[in-house]
This record gives sequence, C-alpha cells and structure tokens, in this order.
Amino acid sequence: MCSTPVEALSLDAITKRFGELTANDAVSLSLNQGEVVALLGENGAGKTTLMNILFGQYTADSGTVRVFGETIPPGNSRAALDAGVGMVHQHFTLADNLTVQENITLGVRSLLSLRSDRAGARARITALSEKYHLAVSPDARVGALSVGERQRVEILKALYRDVRILILDEPTAVLTPQETDDLFATLRLAIADGLSIIFISHKLHEVMAIADRVVVLRHGKMAGGVRIADTDKQALAAMMMGTEATPPKVAKSTPGAALLELRNVTTPDVGNAPGLRSVSLALRAGQIIGLAGVSGNGQAAMADVVGGLVSPAQGQVLLADAEVNNWTPRAAVQSGIARIPEDRHKTGTIADFDLTENAILERYKSADFSTRGWLNWGKSRAFADAIIDKYDVRCPGADTPIRLLSGGNMQKLILGRVLEANPQVILANQPVRGLDIGAVNYVHSQLLAARDRGAAVLLISEDLDEVMALSDVIHVIADGRLSPAFDRGQMTPAQLGLWMAGQGFEDEVAHAS
Amino acid sequence: MRLEPIKNPSLGRKLVPPALALTTTIVIASLLAMLAGANPFSVLGLILKGAFGSQFALLETLNRATPLIFTGLAVAVAFRAKFWNIGAEAQLYAGALMTVLLGTGFLPWPSAALLPVIILASILAGAFLLLIPALLKTRFGVDEVVTTLLFNFIFLLFISMLLEGPLKDPMGMGWPKSARLIPEARLPRIFEGLRLHWGFALALISAVGVWVIQTRSTLGYEMRAVGLNKQAAAFAGIPINLVLVKTALLSGGLAALAGFSEVAGLKGSLTLDLSPGFGYTGIIVAMLALLNPLGVVVAALFVAGIFVGADSMSRAADVPTYLADIMLAVALLLMVLAIMLARFRVVRD
Repeated sequence: MCSTPVEALSLDAITKRFGELTANDAVSLSLNQGEVVALLGENGAGKTTLMNILFGQYTADSGTVRVFGETIPPGNSRAALDAGVGMVHQHFTLADNLTVQENITLGVRSLLSLRSDRAGARARITALSEKYHLAVSPDARVGALSVGERQRVEILKALYRDVRILILDEPTAVLTPQETDDLFATLRLAIADGLSIIFISHKLHEVMAIADRVVVLRHGKMAGGVRIADTDKQALAAMMMGTEATPPKVAKSTPGAALLELRNVTTPDVGNAPGLRSVSLALRAGQIIGLAGVSGNGQAAMADVVGGLVSPAQGQVLLADAEVNNWTPRAAVQSGIARIPEDRHKTGTIADFDLTENAILERYKSADFSTRGWLNWGKSRAFADAIIDKYDVRCPGADTPIRLLSGGNMQKLILGRVLEANPQVILANQPVRGLDIGAVNYVHSQLLAARDRGAAVLLISEDLDEVMALSDVIHVIADGRLSPAFDRGQMTPAQLGLWMAGQGFEDEVAHAS
Repeated sequence: MRLEPIKNPSLGRKLVPPALALTTTIVIASLLAMLAGANPFSVLGLILKGAFGSQFALLETLNRATPLIFTGLAVAVAFRAKFWNIGAEAQLYAGALMTVLLGTGFLPWPSAALLPVIILASILAGAFLLLIPALLKTRFGVDEVVTTLLFNFIFLLFISMLLEGPLKDPMGMGWPKSARLIPEARLPRIFEGLRLHWGFALALISAVGVWVIQTRSTLGYEMRAVGLNKQAAAFAGIPINLVLVKTALLSGGLAALAGFSEVAGLKGSLTLDLSPGFGYTGIIVAMLALLNPLGVVVAALFVAGIFVGADSMSRAADVPTYLADIMLAVALLLMVLAIMLARFRVVRD
C-alpha cells in the first residue's frame, strides 16, 4: 500500500490506578481507519478500564486519548461519543419496552424539538439493515427479541449515529457460532465502508478470524502487540497467560481421602453464565485443587454448589463418602467448609456491620456466640479481637464498620473467620483479586498452611499464574464442563489456555466420535 | 455535580444537618405564620405551650404520642429489614377490631385475665394481617409496598361494613360505632385522676423491648443483616424469607397494639375515625427517629407535641392547624436531606 493509513484512534501511555492496584500501566493502542484491532486479555487484565477511560467514565492518571487527531478531554463522557466513537456493550443498553426504531432513535434528537421525522428515520434504518444484513423489524418490541437480534439493534444504533469507530465488548459471548459468522460478515461490510473496529475478546479463534492486529493486556500492562498474519493461537495464548512461570516454592503433598466429592453434578444456568454440566470432582485432604478458566464458564456455579448455596439439579454431593441432603450454606459451614467468596464487599461482608458483627456472620447461631436466641457480644468481640490479632487485620478496633478497611484487611478478617473454625475443606473463590502484593502473599501462605494441616483446598481463579503456582492438581472449566485433572507441571500455560478456550473438549469429542 | 459517599463522617457532620433541619423547619413555620397574619414568635410559643406548657397539655401530648410510638416502632422494625410495611393503619384497626370483639362482653372475665388475652389476640390479629403480604412477597415476589398500602383501604372498608352491620351498637342511635368495652376490658389510668392511661407505659416497654431485640437477639441481628445486605446474608446462611416473615409478624403485632391501646385506653369503642392516620404518621415518626426504637419515642413525642400544640395555638392565634401538617412534612423532608448530607458530600466537577 502506498497511501499512509489514517489514524482513527490513539490511546497513548494510559495509566490508571485504583488505590494500590494499577489497572492500566502505560497502555498504548492505535487504530487505523478500516482496521480491526483485537484487545485480548484475561478478566481483570484492564480491558474494561481502558474503554471506560476512552468514554470518560474514568479519568486517567496520565496519558492522552486522540480520535482522528483531536485530543479528547478526560472525564467527559460525551466527548468520545460526539467524536464518532460508539460502543456495543456486553450487557446491552436497550429499553425493553420500546420498539426497535424507538431504541435506535432514542437520544439522537433534542427532546425539545417538536418535529418528528418518523418516516425518514424508518427509511434510514431499513436502508442500513439491508445494506449490512442486519435483519430486524423496526416495529418489533425489543423485549420480544432474541439476544442475537438485540445485538443487531445495538449495532444498528451505532451505525445510525454515523460512528466511525465501533468498540465491541465480548460481542460473541452471547452468540451461537452461526450468529457469530453473521456478525463477522456484517463487520466486514462495515469495515469496507471505512469503519474502524476495536474487538474485545478472549476467544482466540475469533480474534484470529476477524482482527488485523492484536494488542494483548496482562495484569494491566501491554504484553504485546502483533499483526495477526505474524502470529498463531499458541503464541497468543502464551502472551495472554504469560510464560514466565512463578517459581513454585510449594512442597509436594500427599493427597489423602476425598473430603468433599461432586458426582455428575449438573446445575441450572445462572443468567448468561453456564451452570455445571455433569461435573465430577473430588477434593482430597492435603491438596490444593486449582480451577482455571475464563470468567463466566461455570466457576460461579461450582462455588455455589461447594458453598451450599445451590443444590445439584442432578448428581450428588458427598461429604466424607456420605451423600448430603438439604444442602444449605449453614449445612456447609457446619460440615467444616470454609468459604471465601468471590466478592468480599458484596457477598463476604456487610459493609455497615462492624468487625465483630462480620466475624460471627456465618456462625452467630452456634453455641460459641449465642444461647437460645440471645447473642453473647462478649464472646463475639473476643473472637473478633483474636482474629484481628492473629491475622494482623489493620483496623482501629473491632467496633469499626468494615467498609472502612482496605480490601486486604477485609480479606484477612474473612480468612480468620473461616480458618479459626478449623475447616476440613476450603473454598477459595478469587481469593486475591484486587489485593496488593503483600496481601496476596499472605492469603496464599495461609492457604498453603491449611493444606499442610490436611485441609482440602479448592482454588478458583481466573489468574492462571496463581492457579499454576499453588495447585497440586489443575482442572480447567469451560462452558460448565470440567477438564480431566492435570498434575502440577504437566501442562504449559498455552496448553491450559487452549482448554480454557474450549479446544480440548472439542478434541475429546472428536476422538470419541 | 455529583454525590460522593463519606467513608467515616465526623460527629459534626452527623449532628449539624439534623439540627439545621430542625431550625429550618421552625423558620419556614414562622414565615407561614406571618403569612397567616400572626406574630411568628407568639405562634411558636403557643405551640410549645399548648404541647408541653401545662399538666393537661403534657398528658394530652403523651396520650397522642402513644399510638404513634406503636406505629413508629412497627415501621422502624420493618424498615430496618427493608420490609416496606406501609400498612400500619390496617394493622392498627385489626388490633382495635380484636379488642372490641373480645372486650364487649364476649369474655366476661376479670381485668387481670382479660387484658392479657386481648393484648395477645390483638398482636396476633395485626401479625396475621401483615403475614399475608409477607408470604406474597417471599413466595411470589409481590411488592409489599403495594399490598400493604392497598390492604389499608380494604381493611378500612371491611371495618366500615362491620360497623354498619354485625358490630353496630344497638344503643348507638344509628351511628356506625361498636358497642362499648366492658369496664374490665378498659386500660386503667396510670395515676388516679389523670387522663394518662397504661397504654403509654406499654408503648415505652415495647420500645425498650424492640431495642433489646434489635441489639441483643439473633433475630435482631438477622433482621439488620437482611436489611443491610441480602446477598451477604444469604451467603452466610441467614434464611432471608423466614427472617422477613418474622419481621412482618413483629411489625404487624406492634401496629395492632396502637389500635388496642386507643380503644381500651382512650375511646372505649371502635369507630371509623379511631385513627387520624396514625399508621401513616408512624412512617414519619420512624424516619425522624432514623429507625432507632428509642428514638421513636422521642420522635413520637415531637410529632404529637406539634399536633397537640397546633390545635391549641389555632384556637388562640387564629392560624389554621394545617400549619402542623406543613411543619411535619417539612421536618421529614429536611430530615431525609440531612441524613443524606451526613453520608455524602457534594462534589463539583
């Protein structure tokens, strides 16, 4: 090509910190007109933060955003939109009770203008939908549409506003393979007309299929940027997961008896996330079992089953070889299962309760903390003080509302709360997400110590490095299915990455047939 | 401009906004009094004097505060668990109805046996009335704001039907009013010769009881946990639906005591104007008290004082009693604003 490409979008050295966490560390990305750049990375790698900075939801600590050469003022949510950048979110932003046409035209004209050109708008929508093969009736109510159709409405909405840059956040997460092919056909037509696209995904084969270039984020840093022509799936997986393996300073362990077992457990889907699909898993004494996988592939269902929040629709849960009935959170706690929830702010603690009240949250009914319906605040307070002391929870005192604590200290309280009950089984769901490095090491050392004491630990994490560093055995979960068990060191990150993308399962099926 | 939560508000930030709210209420009331052509200072003075200025005024205020303490507690208990009971009015009438059913001669027992039975039956009646919306919510997800609110109208019409029919007092000269309670079913006065009845003492005991339940019992702990964070409560194994049902039973029972106390302590019979909206005013009382059961007593005295004081002021200064309603409405709105200002700061972008 002889003509210099026009630069449509340029994010230059964007840095954004949230407290101790650096979500974006000098991330740069450029997009030329008519080009598709894929933004690849695990959950928590900083993709969403970067897009929120582009749209002014967050203000970057440093760095600049330029659209067609114009600098976008930071923190102004209209600026990017007005400059012709549109976004199709993972969770659609449509009004269910309005028609397709009403949704598309919503917010385009001033509320105060009296004229309404419905016929003209309709003609334009029809023309756009024919041109780009986005079949959808303008009069249909959005609430009655399928997920794939709603996505078409979102794209039409963007095209109707004459966007020149379109950002698609995990657009295929909700689509069937057939719908994905249709979407790609539409995107190619739009690209031919000069649209530039940022395609956010963690599905490698789709990135290979649609993108011209790919930018990989890892832990908020740029892990690489390559042309698709110069790379392959394995190289991308390695780049996304990281090849530099943290040296495992974990001694080998001898697994004991199965303390908790799932046999052919199936659970219903939760919203867009799949439930478990006939999963069998044994948690053995003295072992850390790591569960790797891309977010939203059944990890939540797994945590819910082990934690007692969900009973299997099919299959059994066995505790020390005895099947459990009436499986509730309280039953799980009483059976000696320590549960470290994924979201310590919303699920693990009650923000306005003080440390004492939070410390007894799971066991306030036990004889340790209450008698015949009356709480013993003295004992409760002593328990909280003991946790604060032993687990080094930095706080002004046990009567402090827990919302005043940092994430790491909050997690230490949760750790103390569950570990002080001498649990047999530990469910650690994303135990270090959002923590600073000191707290991460502390939590990991506690989990290892519990393992060495003879507890069975199920470590659920989207951070493959963490799973590989700590686990004696690794399973991969993808679309609710569980991979075979891989021993420590058996698989490379890239190989696990392929399983996470669902490849291994397909191979298995292929072998079987 | 946006609101930013303050993580750890200082004592001043907690105290100054409510104080400002109270002052602003008084200023607005004074302006309105001036509009009505009266001297604002004398109007406020008259309200104060009419509410607390004499033994008679004070007892009148305490009597008026009694049902408000009960309904205020009912609302405070429910709202603490984020169960929005707007139906204290209906539950009040349920208690009053039960009092009349049992207390007009059906059970010819002495006071010592009869009153406890009536109290218990009233509590059960109010609890049962709120059990229905609670079950509709926990089983089918029906919004309790709608059901409890509509129950007020349904139940009042039901009472009206009873008073025009089976419960109508044959000696009542055709008025829709029930027969009078037998003397054994009446709540005695606390002090000989003074109009204050034992209902007020019962209200104070209830307030302390609710406070103890909320701060010391596992049920109170569960109710607060469910109200603050359902997701965390469910994760911890707190049976949310059961807690909501228990909360409803407690709340309905408390509201019913207002009806019992009004009939057995003051009126002696059931009429359709037994409650001038005590159930609704209970919401204001509970909000002004920031849902604190002991605060409910103070808030109820404040609200009752404004009503009673405004009545007497109106006679003396020729300013309409509507001033009392406006003062309460303004006080409530400003209090809500004050609560927000204590927890958020306004940031200009």
